[in-house]
Amino acid sequence: MKEEIIVSGRMNHMIDPVLHAWGWEIPVYLFLGGLAAGLLFFSGLYYLLGKENHYPAAVRKAPVLVPVILALGLFALFLDLHHKPYFWRLYTTIKFQSPMSWGAWTLMIVTPLSMIWAALHIKEWFPRWDWKFQWLKDLEIFLSDYKKTIAWAMALLGVILGIYTGILLSAFNARPLWNTSILGPLFLTSGLSAGSALIMLLSKDHHERITFARIDLIVIGIELFFIIHMFMGFLASTQVQIDAASIFLGGELTAPFWIFVVVLGMLVPAALEVMELRHFKVPVIIPVVLILFGSFMLRWLITNAGQLSRYLY
Amino acid sequence: MRYAMAIDTKKCVGCSDCVVACQTENDVPIGYCRDWVVEVTDGTYPQLETEIRSERCNHCDNSPCVRCCPTGASHYAEGGIVLVTHEKCIGCSACIQSCPYDARYTHPEGYVDKCTFCLHRVKKGMEPACVAVCPTKCMYFGDMDDPNSPISKVLKTRKYKVLAPEAGTKPNVYYLI
Repeated sequence: MKEEIIVSGRMNHMIDPVLHAWGWEIPVYLFLGGLAAGLLFFSGLYYLLGKENHYPAAVRKAPVLVPVILALGLFALFLDLHHKPYFWRLYTTIKFQSPMSWGAWTLMIVTPLSMIWAALHIKEWFPRWDWKFQWLKDLEIFLSDYKKTIAWAMALLGVILGIYTGILLSAFNARPLWNTSILGPLFLTSGLSAGSALIMLLSKDHHERITFARIDLIVIGIELFFIIHMFMGFLASTQVQIDAASIFLGGELTAPFWIFVVVLGMLVPAALEVMELRHFKVPVIIPVVLILFGSFMLRWLITNAGQLSRYLY
Repeated sequence: MRYAMAIDTKKCVGCSDCVVACQTENDVPIGYCRDWVVEVTDGTYPQLETEIRSERCNHCDNSPCVRCCPTGASHYAEGGIVLVTHEKCIGCSACIQSCPYDARYTHPEGYVDKCTFCLHRVKKGMEPACVAVCPTKCMYFGDMDDPNSPISKVLKTRKYKVLAPEAGTKPNVYYLI
């Protein structure tokens, strides 16, 4: 039998025996970034469509949560840096070829704008909110005149942020499992699904919940298509890509991927949403928690599996 | 000018002198290495063949690490040597993820570190530490643009390969086979 034995004298920390340069921080950020992207997109979109009163949770309630979610995500990103005192170097350069540079600048634009968008809706959560200073009140009135422009920005930046979380990984050709452009759209749909799930939880209006359950069903369908498409692409590609896909197709992460991401994170909540649409009483918390869990597990498993896939030994 | 290195897999005995020389010359933290020895044995018993390679950063022409670095810390220096400016590195590990050779690591001080082809020695006209100490003289270093450099001469006469050419990085460490 033909055999190959490889012995390497290298044993660098976090590199060998299995690459583990990224731990929990990156998947947590990717999940929170995707969730924020989903919320921003629906909020901006339905404001522009004039459905503010039809979907109050999506347009008015959800935006207030976005800066909090983004801040937690950014904190996770910061924790991931090993040379923290130099983090500001991200903002002394624009590197067009570096997805991480693009991401840093996107976040630099999205975060403050999402804070403004949240501030314009803060009274939805705290009806007796008072800005205390006259100039802040004036600023709120001034910014309210530009609500439509900000809503456009939120919807567009939501899509960009959602796709970016996937592009960040797909730009690394050294990790064959990540090196597929489908990751951008896949992470976007996963973020939209997580966003619509959280809106369902926030909503007190039955009509709004039903609408977002319908949206989520469509998004889950597209997401499933992207997952199948991703594996089709890998299996029709070179040996390194076939080996990479096998991590989820019989390899060591097969069970967690199909059970946590596909069954518990997509198929079960989709079935519960169909039951809801058929007028069965399903506690909304169950599909919502499952979708958020599945969305996180997708990032977690793809981040880890990518680090298992390689070109050399 | 284009610096490159060649390692004769027929002469290398895997003594790891290059590894120790690098660690000493470059004050590499204990437990880490910028170059390392790989032994690959393959075939069907009893027809087995062993190849011994001293590996390191390939100082690629199309370096994914330079491309993906968000701050410009990873850059091309003299002769195409890929270096990391410690004061610009934020330790985000993007370059580590982008390297198909896994040649980089995070230094305990936080920045990313790797082989420099001993540019500080090369500037003084010396060979990189690993090449200088090799007891079997199996390593060649020099300027590919100079037809009389040791590397240009050896690549003219010997068969060679590079590692993972399919990754598209255009590496500059050659293995004579």
